[in-house]
Amino acid sequence: MPDAPAFQFVDLRQQHDAAQLGMWVFLATEVLFFGGLILAYCVYRSAYPDGFAAAARHTQILIGTINTAILLTSSFFVAWAVTLAKTGLGRIAAILLGAAAIMGISFLVLKGIEYRIEYDEHLVPDFFFVFEGPNGRSAWLFFAFYFVATGVHALHVAIGIVVLAVIAMKARRGTYSARYHAPVTVAGLYWHFVDLVWVFLFALIYLPGRST
Amino acid sequence: MNWYPPRAIVLSWLGLLALLGITVLTAYQPLGPFNTVAALTIATIKALLIAAVFMELRDRGGLMLAFASAGFFWLAVMVWLAFSDYATRTNFPPP
Repeated sequence: MPDAPAFQFVDLRQQHDAAQLGMWVFLATEVLFFGGLILAYCVYRSAYPDGFAAAARHTQILIGTINTAILLTSSFFVAWAVTLAKTGLGRIAAILLGAAAIMGISFLVLKGIEYRIEYDEHLVPDFFFVFEGPNGRSAWLFFAFYFVATGVHALHVAIGIVVLAVIAMKARRGTYSARYHAPVTVAGLYWHFVDLVWVFLFALIYLPGRST
Repeated sequence: MNWYPPRAIVLSWLGLLALLGITVLTAYQPLGPFNTVAALTIATIKALLIAAVFMELRDRGGLMLAFASAGFFWLAVMVWLAFSDYATRTNFPPP
């Protein structure tokens, strides 16, 4: 029951803290999951700096920048929704969470358009991959990282959209109150983390090699 | 009841968008190795803003902060050990 804590907790506040702590434990595993990928990227980029710069110049920086702004704004909406849920305004929070989910969908649509452009430009490793010049092999490595990292990230966005949509529907039905709103906070943490990972992916994928 | 967003959240959002603009503009300036330094520094500032304000870590106690930093701590160990290998491997070739 939302208004009473589960039997192993003293009160709802302790239950809320435990839920958040659990989410942070999960996010720590996610840090190491994406961290391993990013470490591999750093090792190869330090080995082939010119090839990675040349390959990164072929990414769609306009779409990447718009997508970053979309994710940052959706995170702003979720953070706002969490503060509303805490003060018992769950129904307004539901609108904001729904808007954030729609922004997540537009992120995925833009990502799909980007993949399509890259396929047409022969930048997908092992699918008619062509990269002129001396950097072909290191560009292959860059785009292998690009598709794995953004693909796995897109999967996280897709899961986040479903989570936000479910929480939004529950909030609309008035499930959450000033006393009970742990699911909103915990779902928010997950969404912000997906945003945080993207901030680093954006810096590593779209920005190198632009000034040369 | 007041449904306006708290000021800290609005300011962080605007700050994040401004940092996004700055990082894209900086990437086009020929700064040599400092392009990478600037990109990663700005990304770290953005991540700290998200963690402190959006994820509300600034309102949390030591236990929550320890759990939140644990993943990053072990990631730092992994990066350190990996690069101490790759950075020195050519100094000690196999006999």
